[in-house]
Amino acid sequence: MEENINKNLPDHSFTLNKMAGDLTDTDFELRSLDTICVNESEKQHPWWYNFKYAAVGIVFGIVFVKAEVISWFRIQEMFRLQSFHMYGLIGTAIVVAMISVALIKKFKVKTIYGEPIVFHPKKFNKGQIIGGITFGLGWALTGACPGPLFAQIGTGAFVVAIVILSAIAGTWVYGYFRDLLPH
Amino acid sequence: MMEFLRQPWSWYVAGTIIGLIVPVLLIIGNKHFGISANLRHACAACFPANIKFFKYEWKKEIWNLFFAGGILAGAVLAVTLIGNPAPVQVNPLLATELVRYGINDYSNVVPKQLFSFESLFTLRGLIIMVGGGFLVGLGSRYAGGCTSGHAIMGLSDLQLPSLIATASFMVGGFIMANLILPFILNL
Repeated sequence: MEENINKNLPDHSFTLNKMAGDLTDTDFELRSLDTICVNESEKQHPWWYNFKYAAVGIVFGIVFVKAEVISWFRIQEMFRLQSFHMYGLIGTAIVVAMISVALIKKFKVKTIYGEPIVFHPKKFNKGQIIGGITFGLGWALTGACPGPLFAQIGTGAFVVAIVILSAIAGTWVYGYFRDLLPH
Repeated sequence: MMEFLRQPWSWYVAGTIIGLIVPVLLIIGNKHFGISANLRHACAACFPANIKFFKYEWKKEIWNLFFAGGILAGAVLAVTLIGNPAPVQVNPLLATELVRYGINDYSNVVPKQLFSFESLFTLRGLIIMVGGGFLVGLGSRYAGGCTSGHAIMGLSDLQLPSLIATASFMVGGFIMANLILPFILNL
């Protein structure tokens, strides 16, 4: 473990410097934090180790289909308060995840590679409100958030690929205008 | 057993499995549950265009793309092996509303009358698919995460910003579904 840390230090600081411009305090992205530190261990693993995440994704995709989470109709019911299904499902997921995270923290559970599990506190910024409402407006139109979009394609709704391409375009436009937007 | 698997799964079974994905990802590789970052990785990989926000080592985040690929593959497996042939059962109130807009096909996960390549050339299809996708992509990055990253991962870690984001998602969704979508569906 100690060796691994030391081995990674130069690389780490290089990435840090490289990313420094990105990570001024306007960048509250969890994922960019990930980019500089959480995945340090990744370098030690061959690329095919990533198939374990694909395996988890497969389970996720199966549940998405079987519980009708990816149904446009279920999302419409949710936003019209016409069904408890989605509320029960997301609520259960949050409670189960919350208990798991609390247990991981309490017992200082390590990863299967013996690394400590790290959490990143998020900082508030106005983007969570403005971007959040924007996301919600889109969610009720497409009837799917990003995860279900991938699953919808898997069920044979190939036209949803256009929705994903458009979502990538939306992300790109956000990146382009990012410095001008209130945060 | 197959019969049992074929019927729609209840919210508590599905919610429990989805909730367990959070600790599994943490334990197998210190990964934080999230999907929408893939959209950013796609930008970084394909069209970084010298934009600061897309200049990072996206290859280090490749696990997330495998995860998304798994979701797609999982959906294929679920439909082919344990698919439910019956149409989705919705609240009659919703069905009554949708039939007014000519939507009565419940055989697919998305209504065929809205989501099809032909529909892309209609105004309402264009707004729903291209406009909706655009808002999802822009909003999730602006908010710093989507339903998985904020509502599930963030809330489970008791992050107040994630609660604010989740509440905002719901506000946007309620406004769209109840106040704006009826006009779009009428187009």
